Amino acid sequence: MSKPILEMKEISKGFTGVKALSAVNFKVEQGEIHCLIGENGAGKSTLMKVLSGVYPHGTYKGDIVFEGSVQSFARISDSVKAGIAIIYQELALFPDLTVYENIFAGNEITQGAVVNWNRTIVQAKEMLRKVKLNVNPETKIKDLGVGKQQLVEIAKALSKDVKLLILDEPTAALNEDDSENLLTLLRELKQQGITCIMISHKLKEVIAIADKATVLRDGRTICTLDASKGEITESVIIKNMVGREIDDIYPKRTNRSFGENVLEIRNWRAYDAKLGRNVVKNVDLHVKKGEIVGIAGLMGSGRTELALSLFGNPKSYKLQGDLLLEGKTRSFKHTRDAIKAGIAYVTEDRKGDGLFLIQDIKNNISAANLEAVASRGIINGNEEVKVANGYKQSMNIKAPSVEQIVGNLSGGNQQKVSLGKWLFVGPKLLILDEPTRGIDVGAKFEIYTIMNKLISEGMSIIMISSELGEVLGMSDRVYVMAEGRITGELSIEDADQEKIMHFATQ
Amino acid sequence: MNLYKEARSLIKVNIREYGMYIALFVIMLTFSIMTDGLFMSSRNISNLLDATGYIAVLAVGMTLVIVIRHIDLSVGFAAGFMGAIAAIFMSQLGVPFYFTIPIILVMGVVIGMFNGFLVAQLGIPSFVASLAGMLIFRGALLRVTEKTGTINVDDDHFNAIGNGYIPSLATVGGLNLLSLIFGAVVIIFYLYSEFSKRRNKLRYNFEVISGGMFAVKLVFVSAIIAYITYIIAGYNGFSWTVIIMLLIVVIYHFLTTQTVLGRHIYAVGSNPEAAHLSGISVKKITYIVFGSMGMLSALSGILFTARLQSATTTAGTLFELDAIAAAYVGGVSAAGGVGKVTGSIIGAIVMASLSSGMNLLGVGISYQYMIRGAVLAIAVIFDVMTRKQRA
Repeated sequence: MSKPILEMKEISKGFTGVKALSAVNFKVEQGEIHCLIGENGAGKSTLMKVLSGVYPHGTYKGDIVFEGSVQSFARISDSVKAGIAIIYQELALFPDLTVYENIFAGNEITQGAVVNWNRTIVQAKEMLRKVKLNVNPETKIKDLGVGKQQLVEIAKALSKDVKLLILDEPTAALNEDDSENLLTLLRELKQQGITCIMISHKLKEVIAIADKATVLRDGRTICTLDASKGEITESVIIKNMVGREIDDIYPKRTNRSFGENVLEIRNWRAYDAKLGRNVVKNVDLHVKKGEIVGIAGLMGSGRTELALSLFGNPKSYKLQGDLLLEGKTRSFKHTRDAIKAGIAYVTEDRKGDGLFLIQDIKNNISAANLEAVASRGIINGNEEVKVANGYKQSMNIKAPSVEQIVGNLSGGNQQKVSLGKWLFVGPKLLILDEPTRGIDVGAKFEIYTIMNKLISEGMSIIMISSELGEVLGMSDRVYVMAEGRITGELSIEDADQEKIMHFATQ
Repeated sequence: MNLYKEARSLIKVNIREYGMYIALFVIMLTFSIMTDGLFMSSRNISNLLDATGYIAVLAVGMTLVIVIRHIDLSVGFAAGFMGAIAAIFMSQLGVPFYFTIPIILVMGVVIGMFNGFLVAQLGIPSFVASLAGMLIFRGALLRVTEKTGTINVDDDHFNAIGNGYIPSLATVGGLNLLSLIFGAVVIIFYLYSEFSKRRNKLRYNFEVISGGMFAVKLVFVSAIIAYITYIIAGYNGFSWTVIIMLLIVVIYHFLTTQTVLGRHIYAVGSNPEAAHLSGISVKKITYIVFGSMGMLSALSGILFTARLQSATTTAGTLFELDAIAAAYVGGVSAAGGVGKVTGSIIGAIVMASLSSGMNLLGVGISYQYMIRGAVLAIAVIFDVMTRKQRA
């Protein structure tokens, strides 16, 4: 029995009016990989912010015991000194600086007041070896993929002599290969005696890697599960996360009957002048009325680029090939033309280019179709509120009113607002790019239910997703993309994870 | 008691919006007490508002520019330059004022659109593009006023824009009658619009503030309008400058709060990428906002030239910074997407009140600058704090 490296006792933390954590207990043993699980808003991130000193000592109640002594971190640098490093979902690297500059940023190797760059590079190489990242340390961060950037972050943490490494949804932005590499690396770090806390939504990962798993719900500790006792299974975790059993993550659909082709593209190519290469290559694809077409593939396989090239081409690619919408050849000069023609695109990055975070729910929902609540350019504010209230109710958006600022909503509710905005446009073809990324199990189920309802009403959906389970659970037909090409088309009866991965890695 | 509670919660929710009005009230009250009422005298308030006009219209345009995450440093000398062109048109080329004004306004739109071209089409940072514009217009102003120095304008109609008042028709107890009628019309218009707004909301079965609170609000705002009217009618009545200022505010307030165009401007300001993907043309909005800024700088130039009854070589110096300060004091956010034109006007009046009040008190110019700087800093601190609290 090893001794606990960290014990958080009776931690409570409130924000104006809201109790984010109430008497949370959290214990991590030396040298284990401990997963922290819970729905969005369960308090995971808040707990980690308390631990790392983002919320300084005195702003919360309870004790943090790290390596046997009570800690009172006044700022982040205090927790770093104690040997705690946290790696956030949004990486904190400097894109225009090199790998070695990033690894030692804030922790420079100096002689007097001068940085010793040669020693820095030597040390950086050592760190990169430790995380098994084979890149030139003089590469700029922006020239690396997300997976490699993540490894640089870990190298940075290791350079600070870390004892406890915290990873906040480290694989959310990674493809399956990079995720697998990362998990392997974490196992190796464990061998070297580094304790690791990992926040994750991906239950498969948790099952694969966790020694222990603590489930939070509504700011309380629900339970701590132990892998050695066989307690970490999908059904147990989900039951504890949501407080109810979900026998199926994907809602059943009864009728699968499709109409004519809504969208057809032939020999479709998109050339990105900035990158100087084709991002979409000779794609043939069609979507029928009432069909959910899944597009699987690894990150960077050209799925988002394909969607953007169909949606009025906002990135100004050079396009070639035919696009037929309901049998008629079309070409769109601007996103607005595509919207008018009946295409809607819910972006992958809802905070970055999807929503107006500082505006309220109603403004977001009406944003792409203001004309519908206006006459002669003048907005009917009451009509707008009525429309927004309609979506709030039908999609179960949890907020006190439609005047709530969207930035204050949880991820799942933001995604519903995003979806509502595009449904209000009244599209024939809805393109969903990673529709459930970073949202919790309950909200996922709700989004899937909405999708099923939409196709039963005659809409067609293209769903781009990196989660194979979701692709297999929701689609009627699956295309697989790799390096800008469609490498495979599978009917849902034929599709399975192995086949998709086979095509995706071609 | 319930009414009191409702009022408190209303103020708490809208503290960001009401903060400025409260600040203005405190400033005016303080100066009134310190000057034994001289500050709130008809003459002083009239002069104060007239002197604010040419900055206030710039502040309105600047609000929108800052909302879409840009800045325009060229507006000061652009105003000076276009004011000089107006003077040349009238006194040297003999163009009548009713042709001159539209020509200058169109010229302003063209100049603004050119800035929009640099920013939207060529992607030049607006700070740099408008800094270049500032230097160019400064030179252009010197060039056109070089030969004669100051260019006098002797067109009475034109000069009335900056110095004249609406006719009084008659005086009632020493008060300007037409101004009183004007104030009454504004109150009636206000009451009508509030009642129709409430009726519409009720028709949709939406929640409205309680009847008592509604009455209190109506009486309160009407009383303020009546009081301002009373003060202004006691001197020469409403000046043309104030009327133009009010017109600009009403038009732009309507535009920004009630129209699709206005909503698109704020959408571009809060997230340009999302706006683009929502089918909004960011380029078009940038052109429109800079075009409107250009037109308002032309108007500012006209107001200033008319006020001085001449164009000078230094006209427009530092106008842009006064306008930017007014916008920030008025609650515009540097991060984009937030800010109201009504706020910016209040901001302009706050800054003008500080100058006027301190002048009456005989505060030295050195201290005046420091105090105005401090007020600007405090306003932005207040803005940041209240935003943190809400997040």
